[in-house]
Amino acid sequence: MEYVIIVFGAIFVNNIVLNQFLGICPFLGVSNKVSTGIGMTGAVTFVMTIATIVTYLIYKYVLIPLDITYLQTISYILIIAALVQMVEIILKKVSPPLYQALGVYLPLITTNCAILGVALLVISNDFNLIGSVVFAIANALGFGLALVIFAGLREHMDLIDLPKGMQGVPAALLIAGLLSMAFMGFAGLV
Amino acid sequence: MNNLQNFNKGFFKENAVFVQLLGMCPTLGVTTTAFNGLGMGLATTFVLLMSNISISLIKSFIPDKVRIPAYIVVIASFVTIVDLVMAGYLPELHKNLGLFIPLIVVNCIVLGRAEAFASKNGVISSILDGLGMGFGFSMALVMLGGIRELLGSLSIFGIQLVEADGILLFILPPGAFIALGFLIALINHLRKTA
Repeated sequence: MEYVIIVFGAIFVNNIVLNQFLGICPFLGVSNKVSTGIGMTGAVTFVMTIATIVTYLIYKYVLIPLDITYLQTISYILIIAALVQMVEIILKKVSPPLYQALGVYLPLITTNCAILGVALLVISNDFNLIGSVVFAIANALGFGLALVIFAGLREHMDLIDLPKGMQGVPAALLIAGLLSMAFMGFAGLV
Repeated sequence: MNNLQNFNKGFFKENAVFVQLLGMCPTLGVTTTAFNGLGMGLATTFVLLMSNISISLIKSFIPDKVRIPAYIVVIASFVTIVDLVMAGYLPELHKNLGLFIPLIVVNCIVLGRAEAFASKNGVISSILDGLGMGFGFSMALVMLGGIRELLGSLSIFGIQLVEADGILLFILPPGAFIALGFLIALINHLRKTA
């Protein structure tokens, strides 16, 4: 039951993009088509899960015993950067089709604040290892849900005649605002 | 390019938020009030300035292949300093900004300026570039925070202007998207007609 609450909370109530404002760059950047949105979601889910596990273990078994938790930010960002590189190299060797699908999104992920954000949130929420993994996957799915809905809306937006100043990003932000309002309807559910 | 231009370009012409659309997460996330926006803007400016100075000083010692990780370590060190100092002296602001302080590390503006400017230019120009970009970012955050605070709670920098309820929506997450959308549209319009 505890995990159901974590999953529901992360996907709907505290949606990582629409409520917590993490990962806005890819949200605005790669949401022109539904298919690229799905590709990005796959890459984010993959990296977010692995990154959360690794950073969690490093925090619990290296940073805390050595009493150097103030190095959290530095160590996390290095781990994530190295991890993304490693995932890219391994995928290229082991599974070329998967690399084809996710490859272009991987370099973008290092500077995706959602990855670092979730890794830090796991610690401040005091989850155990399984809870952390569930939380990471749920957040990635929440990111994907928001991204895919948003991409679908933006595909239709291309057909609308807008004032010049509103075209592109401003209109996209307004749509994101409406979507965020819709997700507010889930507030109080958990 | 002279020094004044280095400063001005970051402040107006290439404003990080309104023109380059970088650093959107903190822009949307912390601007519930003008004061939070100012705090976040100045924290980012400090990191930007210090990382620009350090990187322009050490650029010739860093091998080209590992330059990005090296820049990230420099940036992360300054972010940690800001995090600890703010937790010590401004605990309330630190609590309001929360997660977004460590996330300055992944703010594309900081790494972007390190890679695009500080790694190719001298110290003085890098300082001005950092200050221009940083103040431009702060201005954008204060503007957005001011608008949201004004509409949402009818106050500015915590000073209540009218004793009434504001439009609550602008304090809530959807308000951030909507206010920024209209603000960027307005600035696009002004830039095109100017």
